[in-house]
Amino acid sequence: MSLPEDLQYAKSHEWIRTEEDTVTIGITDHAQDELGDVVFVELPEEGDTFDAGDSFGTVESVKAVSDLYTPVGGEVAEVNAALNDSPEKINEDPYGDGWIVKLRISGEGPSNDSLLSAADYEKFLEEEG
Amino acid sequence: MPDLRRTPLYEEHMALGARLVDFAGWEMPVQYAGIKAEHQAVRNHAGLFDVSHMGEAVFRGPDAEAAIQRLVTRDVSRLAEGQAGYAAVCYEDGGTVDDVLVYRRPEDFLIVVNASNREKDLEHFRANTKDLEVEVSDESDDWALLALQGPEVAGMLQSFTDMDLSPIKYYRFVEGEVDGAAATFSRTGYTGEDGFEIFLRPDCAPRVWRRLVEAGATPVGLGARDTLRLEAGMCLYGNELDEETTPLEAGISFAVHLTKEPEFIGRGALLREDLEGLRKKLVGFELEGRGIARHGHTVTEGAEIVGQVTSGTHSPTLNRAIGLALVEPGVRDRFSVVIRDRPVPARTVPLPFYKREKK
Repeated sequence: MSLPEDLQYAKSHEWIRTEEDTVTIGITDHAQDELGDVVFVELPEEGDTFDAGDSFGTVESVKAVSDLYTPVGGEVAEVNAALNDSPEKINEDPYGDGWIVKLRISGEGPSNDSLLSAADYEKFLEEEG
Repeated sequence: MPDLRRTPLYEEHMALGARLVDFAGWEMPVQYAGIKAEHQAVRNHAGLFDVSHMGEAVFRGPDAEAAIQRLVTRDVSRLAEGQAGYAAVCYEDGGTVDDVLVYRRPEDFLIVVNASNREKDLEHFRANTKDLEVEVSDESDDWALLALQGPEVAGMLQSFTDMDLSPIKYYRFVEGEVDGAAATFSRTGYTGEDGFEIFLRPDCAPRVWRRLVEAGATPVGLGARDTLRLEAGMCLYGNELDEETTPLEAGISFAVHLTKEPEFIGRGALLREDLEGLRKKLVGFELEGRGIARHGHTVTEGAEIVGQVTSGTHSPTLNRAIGLALVEPGVRDRFSVVIRDRPVPARTVPLPFYKREKK
């Protein structure tokens, strides 16, 4: 199970990468493995705004549907439109080509209360069993 | 997972790293390598399924045939020895108890039932044949059942038995041996491909399973079993068929012999429905908009609710979102499926979605 050190993780199994006023969001290696073959991603539109904790889209595998939650409030700056035709990128490269959206942060930005480090997320996964 | 039943192949699934789920009270593999890869293995090569959770009921005695004629919609007097037939079991009101395979053996009949309906079926079989000279035995625990499915399986299986498998036609079965173990080979399946279902004694099953995997059969879980059967337009009890749905509505009238004598339980209701017209009908559809239809989604025409999706998935073979729906009989060939509050346009397509090329 891959867990890059430079990312932060949500208990709902998204990862975020913070660069200045922007966060990139995707789902973790664990999440894509649990879902299985991803066949459809419902993306938001550029300009949509979300509060921390909102659902901003869904990801579907052959068997299951899973909501996507943003741990950070903001406005959609960019969506990974390549996922429309190649949703399997989420399975193949969850932290790279499988990124889902970039948000321009509004309000407080990433909070260490709700986000976990790689080590803490790994511990959380073990506890969740 | 406490209190779940396990098949004789449980250790094999664990060794292969399968993801196990609770299915009808059984701890079953939903996937091994991944649903899409397993699906494609069955369409293009050979896939191996553990379907030992299926139930087996054996009917013995002078009235065995009369009992089955009363219980199922197919006319089993037309089945030859060594032939199997797909049938529905109905209540008096025409609602469906189960869909089953009836095997006519030299001395008795075997009925293979859905795992989820095993106890209910046995009770129904016994309660409705009390006046007949027939013994109905639940032999589900005496059998392991493997399904070997795909265009390459006939050759693969032939290398494990001295018997010539090529004369076994579709929906025929023979007794034989596989790798030295007594087996019944049935040329049946739930995938739309050529294939065999192999009945084995439980203690022999793990060895035969390993041999077939070593020979190149891809282990396939329940996830791909569902996408394969859906592409093939086959019903799943609990989705397309249930107590509220008749076999005519679910589109399996080919398994219903309405004029057979003596009559079967539910015939009156089905004759009436046949005469008066179906209350609902099963249709296949493809989504034209983005999304995936799922079991339980609403079907609408304009603002009006006209049906429900019974099964839906992303079709790995067609690379499209496909589904089955029970809709009002007047529904036209275009409607919407409501996915998370959003109506997505769909159009009906002929069933099955996928048909193999006959050689």
